[in-house]
Amino acid sequence: MSTRPVYIAGVGIHPFGRFDDKDVTQLGQTAVRAALAEAGVARGGFDAAFCGTVYTGVAAGHKVLGGLGLSGVPIVNVEAGCASGGAALALGAAAIASGQRERVLVFGMEKMPRGIIRSSFFPPWCEEAGFSPAPAYFALRARRLMQESGVTREHLARVSVKNHAHGVNNPYAMYRKPFSMEMVLGAQMVCDPLTLFMLCSPNEGAAAVLLSSKPAQSGPTIQVRAAVLRSHVPGSALGEHTPMAGLIGDEPPSPTETAAREAYEIAGVSPADLDVVELQDTDSGREILSVEELGLCPRGGGGKFVADGVGEMSGQLPVNPSGGLLSKGEPLGASALGQIVELTWQLRGAADQRQVDGARVALGHTVGRGANASVVILTR
Amino acid sequence: MVWGPMAQVPIHPGLFTLPDDPRGPRLLAGRCTVCSKHHFPAGDTCPYCTADGCSVAAIGATGTLYLHTTVNARPPGYRGELPYGFGLVDLPEGLRVVSRLAESRLDVLRSGLPVELEIAPLFTNDAGDEVLSFAYRPRDGGASR
Repeated sequence: MSTRPVYIAGVGIHPFGRFDDKDVTQLGQTAVRAALAEAGVARGGFDAAFCGTVYTGVAAGHKVLGGLGLSGVPIVNVEAGCASGGAALALGAAAIASGQRERVLVFGMEKMPRGIIRSSFFPPWCEEAGFSPAPAYFALRARRLMQESGVTREHLARVSVKNHAHGVNNPYAMYRKPFSMEMVLGAQMVCDPLTLFMLCSPNEGAAAVLLSSKPAQSGPTIQVRAAVLRSHVPGSALGEHTPMAGLIGDEPPSPTETAAREAYEIAGVSPADLDVVELQDTDSGREILSVEELGLCPRGGGGKFVADGVGEMSGQLPVNPSGGLLSKGEPLGASALGQIVELTWQLRGAADQRQVDGARVALGHTVGRGANASVVILTR
Repeated sequence: MVWGPMAQVPIHPGLFTLPDDPRGPRLLAGRCTVCSKHHFPAGDTCPYCTADGCSVAAIGATGTLYLHTTVNARPPGYRGELPYGFGLVDLPEGLRVVSRLAESRLDVLRSGLPVELEIAPLFTNDAGDEVLSFAYRPRDGGASR
């Protein structure tokens, strides 16, 4: 299939955090306005819209655009768990690549319930029986890394310390204070080995991206080289599809692995070509697992990757310069597009104190319930 | 309040054998008649090879703990005691089961620990019935609740 290039014409974001005085529609509108303003377009400036959100309910995207007088174009609301924004981006990019659309608005927003996320995913009896706590599943994945990837509690803490240090420099992050190793290791134990400060907080926020078939008239040209969404193949008891059982050994590739493989192939890049990465760090263990699944280190090499400081700002491949979900918090529908906003700034050289010098190839990754995983590759 | 023998009801039908079952405590897994792989809970269609017509196999009396953690804070909707153990148990039939553990002490739980299935009351429902669920506990005595 012959396709044409997809460019980023504008990005916008509403800070991630808690905003009791705003509803989710207002959060979305802030991000959409910013993206459209940056691209210099108004009504009529896009011919389709895709909105990622999980908890917002009926016609979420229609409310955002309707309130701004921007409805009339097709508006599709997309739910794919933590990868909802990535799914919306994949649909938008495909619409342009195929020649169906010229400019597509992709946005996502969320206003998460407080505390451990309650989800309609589980039937009530599963919740009654104790199968619903997300941190327990995260903890099992972290413990597997400790058994099979040389990961230690200190490595888990170091990921949190790193991302919080990055978040200090991100005005759109929820937590902007540095954490010490002692603070992270000594925090309340939620599910061993994960302490409270190794887990991200569900929160609120929005992000938007305007995609175009033509490069921006001024400034650096940022291209979406791949935007891939994949779901799970059954077999892994620890997959984000949160099954009640899987098979011993012989695990199929995870959705992150299959999405990454496809994205690298489409974009014609390899992990060694990457300059900066924003990846799913719902918890410290998930960051290390994501590093392995994306091929940023060999399988089983996650502990060494952390110990060598590869993902630090001073390392070979900075990971989550935005502070990641650990310091930004996770508004499900917005998180993937928040990464795209950050990576666009990184590629433009406009990420201020978070800037990875000379970044030209960037990867964004989310994974979560469904299971769904999205991998996006951007180049300058 | 009426005092009398409490009825026992499973938390969900078709997950495990009931206390009067002569087979003893077992999980009711699906077994594919084509590829022979087990899945749980049991369904008619095999998730691995998509063949229909799976049978039900009573398995998992014993197993080996693969990974574990402890849940200290009450998850939304959970009606059992805290803290509770939570983990993955490998069964000889090739299935790796996600399960509550009837042991939450981190100095007792370890990878490779031999475990056995118990079907036991988890909570009393609003109708006054004891609601049964399944959990794995350490074998040979280490087995305090």
